[in-house]
Amino acid sequence: MSPWLPILMAVPVVGAVVVALLPKGSDKLAKQVALLVSLLVLVLTGVVAAGFKPSGDRFQYVAEYNWIPSFGVKFGVGVDGVALVLIALSAVLVPIVILASWHDADGVKTADGTLITPKRSVKTYFSLLLVLEAMMIGVFAATDIFLFYVFFEAMLIPMYFMIGSYGGAQRSYAAVKFLLYSLFGGLLMLVAVIGLYFVAGKQTFMFPELVGAIQDPAMQKWLFGGFFIAFAIKAPLWPVHTWLPDAAAQAPAGAAVLLVGVLDKVGTFGMLRFCLELFPEAAKAFTMPIVVLAVISIIYGAIVAIGQTDMKRLIAYTSISHFGFIVLGVFAMSDVAQSGAALYMVNHGFATGALFLAAGFLIARRGSPFISDYGGVQKVAPVLAGFFLVAGLAGLSLPGLSSFVSEFMVMIGTYSSQAHGSGALTVAAIISAVAVILAAVYILWMIQRTMNGPTAEPVKAFKDLNAREVWVLAPLVALIIGFGFFPKPLLDVINPSVQQTLTNVKVPTSTIAEKGTGQ
Amino acid sequence: MESHIAEITPHTGGVIGNAWLMIALPLVGAFILLVFNRFTNRWGHLLGVAMSLASFVVAVLAFFELLGLGAEERRRAVHLYEFIPGMVDMGLLIDPLSISFALLITGVGSLIHIYSIGYMAHDEHRRRFFAYLNLFVAAMLLLVLADNYVGLFIGWEGVGLASYLLIGFWQFKPSAAVAAKKAFVVNRVGDFGLLVGMFIIWTTFGTLTFKELGDQIQPGQTNGTMLAIGLLLLLGACGKSAQLPLQSWLLDAMEGPTPVSALIHAATMVTAGVYLVVRSGAFFFPEGSGAALAVAIVGAVTLLAGAIIGCAKDDIKKGLAGSTMSQIGYMMLGAGLGPAGYAFAIGHLITHGFFKANMFLGAGSVMHGMNDEVDMRKYGALRKVMPITFATFFIGYLAIIGFPLLSGYFTKDGIIETAVHHQPILGWLAVLGAGITGFYMSRMVFMTFFGQKRWADDAHPHESPLVMTVPLMILSLGSIFLGGYLVLSNRLLDFLAPAVGAPAERPEFHFTSTPGLATLALVAVGAGFAWMKYGRVEVPSVQPRGSFLTTFARRDLYGDALNESLFMRPGQWLTRLAVFFDNRGIDGIVNGLAAGIGGSSGRLRRVQTGFARTYALSIFIGAALLTGALLLVGNI
Amino acid sequence: MTTHYLVLSGILFAIGAMGVLIRRNAIVVFMCVELMLNACNLAFVTFSRQVGNLEGQIIAFFVMVVAAAEVVVGLAIIVTIFRTRRSASVDDANLLKY
Repeated sequence: MSPWLPILMAVPVVGAVVVALLPKGSDKLAKQVALLVSLLVLVLTGVVAAGFKPSGDRFQYVAEYNWIPSFGVKFGVGVDGVALVLIALSAVLVPIVILASWHDADGVKTADGTLITPKRSVKTYFSLLLVLEAMMIGVFAATDIFLFYVFFEAMLIPMYFMIGSYGGAQRSYAAVKFLLYSLFGGLLMLVAVIGLYFVAGKQTFMFPELVGAIQDPAMQKWLFGGFFIAFAIKAPLWPVHTWLPDAAAQAPAGAAVLLVGVLDKVGTFGMLRFCLELFPEAAKAFTMPIVVLAVISIIYGAIVAIGQTDMKRLIAYTSISHFGFIVLGVFAMSDVAQSGAALYMVNHGFATGALFLAAGFLIARRGSPFISDYGGVQKVAPVLAGFFLVAGLAGLSLPGLSSFVSEFMVMIGTYSSQAHGSGALTVAAIISAVAVILAAVYILWMIQRTMNGPTAEPVKAFKDLNAREVWVLAPLVALIIGFGFFPKPLLDVINPSVQQTLTNVKVPTSTIAEKGTGQ
Repeated sequence: MESHIAEITPHTGGVIGNAWLMIALPLVGAFILLVFNRFTNRWGHLLGVAMSLASFVVAVLAFFELLGLGAEERRRAVHLYEFIPGMVDMGLLIDPLSISFALLITGVGSLIHIYSIGYMAHDEHRRRFFAYLNLFVAAMLLLVLADNYVGLFIGWEGVGLASYLLIGFWQFKPSAAVAAKKAFVVNRVGDFGLLVGMFIIWTTFGTLTFKELGDQIQPGQTNGTMLAIGLLLLLGACGKSAQLPLQSWLLDAMEGPTPVSALIHAATMVTAGVYLVVRSGAFFFPEGSGAALAVAIVGAVTLLAGAIIGCAKDDIKKGLAGSTMSQIGYMMLGAGLGPAGYAFAIGHLITHGFFKANMFLGAGSVMHGMNDEVDMRKYGALRKVMPITFATFFIGYLAIIGFPLLSGYFTKDGIIETAVHHQPILGWLAVLGAGITGFYMSRMVFMTFFGQKRWADDAHPHESPLVMTVPLMILSLGSIFLGGYLVLSNRLLDFLAPAVGAPAERPEFHFTSTPGLATLALVAVGAGFAWMKYGRVEVPSVQPRGSFLTTFARRDLYGDALNESLFMRPGQWLTRLAVFFDNRGIDGIVNGLAAGIGGSSGRLRRVQTGFARTYALSIFIGAALLTGALLLVGNI
Repeated sequence: MTTHYLVLSGILFAIGAMGVLIRRNAIVVFMCVELMLNACNLAFVTFSRQVGNLEGQIIAFFVMVVAAAEVVVGLAIIVTIFRTRRSASVDDANLLKY
């Protein structure tokens, strides 16, 4: 029993309560407390990560407390490599988001100068952020499937309020759409969770004990479907993706970062851990349709992104394309592709986070998310333009930046995967490589229209990034470049747990190592 | 092929072991200049030059250390660190091929750095310019020094990024911004090929390092998979080296400052495709294979296309860009001929790096004196006001048309002769191309430096400062002597042989071979024709309408029109369709479902009329139905 | 033997139900409800006699108690509505709708 993970969750909860209980009018104090708490969480996460032994047991920092004994429900937590890096991702992003959202909760300015006032107070926003952080840590740390489900659903609540109360003009529509979509998926998952409990008949929801518990292939398929649809909506996968552009466009930039950067990762994380390991036969049976959906997501998301006029929606669609890559990697059933997919989850968080935040800073200056309202920003705000460019390049997976390593691994792992014959996955990898071209078009065209060219009249008054904003983006850029050249620390943590997953799915993991005999 | 690559680490390897410094130094320079921003404004350009020169020094030291080794030991793999565990490690391969490139990149690169001090002196963003230049040098060195395809690809995209940044350096001009984006996107089409090629290599051989590929692949081995790899790599090379069908970006890339055109779009980056083909030559382009033939064909077609485009351009930089395309076509042709052609291809690459950079910088010097005017119809008679620029440019001109005993003569002639020997049709096309080269380059020289003044009223041409002309002079020296030094007695061939393989028979340089003489004759005809049209008579300062052929060449052989009608417009339609489908189709279904549920519940609530007797009736009917049902089932 | 009582109960119930459904005056509706309750009481008592135990009669007492309570509350409501709206028609009290 290790107390670390419960502590990691408790700290932001306590922080959230403290922030919420601060007297009225102490907005600044609320922000500072929230930032401090999130930094404390980051430090604690660092300690946890430092103590993690990649070669040790799969689940480390395990802790179990009885919760609902009559159903065998436990408060069971523990992390494997993939969960650890995703928790670290959350812990890194939250302080950055808090710093970036310093003024987000004060209201959203529109292009004509009117202010959309938030429905709730400033301190509530930061309190919600901390609650969300606790839940994000919880959802990745949960080893009890019931607990996972609870966090999976409960995460919606703070996010619902962050979009619905602090968002743009259409925040209610976006928030309700987001909530309904997620609840629909969650409900299917609840049915599958209950089904899993009774069919397995082990009187427990603990994930390690349920691996391999369902043998009947037909039953596997039904339960797999319940989990997968929930995760596909969360991820989001084509065609259940349309909530994301609305939610991301209406949410304040910081909330959008957490939504796309972390919350959506729960979907792909769930596919990797639950869909594959609990229902290996079903996963193999459904590989082809899912790969097709993933490839459609990749290409479709990229093409629709090219046609967007709204910056935040554009970034959201690029994410749909990137999530297609992650899903493709998860279901390619090869160690390289799955490690790449897990790495992609982290890298995408950094890259899209940076892009959303940079776009957010830009939008905050002008009040309009529309690309056509900008032009020539580079001339008046070169630092902002520079960060925007680096973030954009990370979005198009430029080699040397972190997202390239993961995208490359996903594609090459998919191409070389022998899991499903050879032809279909090979074709999938080649088609998905076309997205490399499309990505250049959507990112660079956006940059050309916003940053380059003659300076538009309203843009002339722009101020360059201030120190706070630089400190928001600089760490992300440093991580993007650092992991672009040295992905080993992440991969060393990820690889063993991916190997474990593939062992549980009963796919031979050494498909690559045995090659190299030449022709 | 048994590879004789010795593996060393930075701790054991002397200068070669520490060759990573070559990459790191300019990278640090770029980092400092970008991060410390305006604090480095005053001395930023000096730092940039210093870093480039330092890198050159390391390259020279490594070169001599390599020369000190026996010919067969001149291949060293320096292991740096584990990059993607289980897939590829980051390492450098120092061999004659890569060190040749490193010397060219850092040498010519440093000269262009120095030149840029003068050329960009009045630009308020000079520091940023040097940051990008340093970034480019670092990326280009990574490209040629990496010992595996992934490292090569990182450098490959790094130079693409630097090229994007530098083409769009004056991004406030919409044309520059568009050109930068176009260059990147077109290059990405090539990158697609390179990526998929890497997938296949990895899947087939389980490795991406050159050394291990060398251990696995037998020389001359071909099959369908290897052909596919070769063609995909060729696609990548076409993108980077502006070969047909991915040539269209290079002419637009001239929007960048002229030193950029000289360094990136003439001397170094655009030759990366040739490097890729030669580096992979032993594996995927063996002599006589289909892939090699494809390389040669692409080269031959492009050398003609580039030359034709060059004939009709009035923009001096675009004329030179067409010429660059054409000259790289020669290199590709050479690279498609197997080991016999490699030495000439690389030799031409090196001499071209000198004389083309020389001419680009000369053009920059002219523009510098002419208020950035690029239209040659507004030049004329500049030889007297810009004597140094004229002299150096003229040397470059003689070199490129293959005037006997100058650099270009030896290297280009080598390619032509080898081509005629191996692929006669392509070889004679190359001879024809040389004739056209004679025409368009003479046209350029006559229009710029001879004839009448056609200057704009506010133009006051003057010679450029020493910081710009000294690099020109050094490059001219290279343009004169380098070719002979490299080709005669097969110096370059012997030096490169351990890295790229030796040809079956050693070529001898003949001054009086049939193709060589034919080339000279055609060049003379071309130059004479240019004299008749542009030297003897006055050049109109407004572009005449020109024949169908002229328009064809002016429009870049309708390459852009083709791209636009084949890819851009359908792409735009597809995009619009997809957006429409997403908003109205998928989101329409979702919103329609929501509206349907909302609407039907709105209708359903009308049942609640508020009349208690209606409710009573419905209760009564319900009770009656229930009773009836129970009676029917018979449970009562 | 007890059939007649049951038939009477059924007729009373039907009359009550019909009254509830077609009359508008709240007092009459109310009385009809009482009539239905009494019809039920009659049926209970009859069945009690038929089966031979006392449970039906006990239930009947319960029903009477409930009916008495209902009268108290129901009449009070009707009187209050009549005071405020000057009408004892059930159709006029239709505010509680969609």
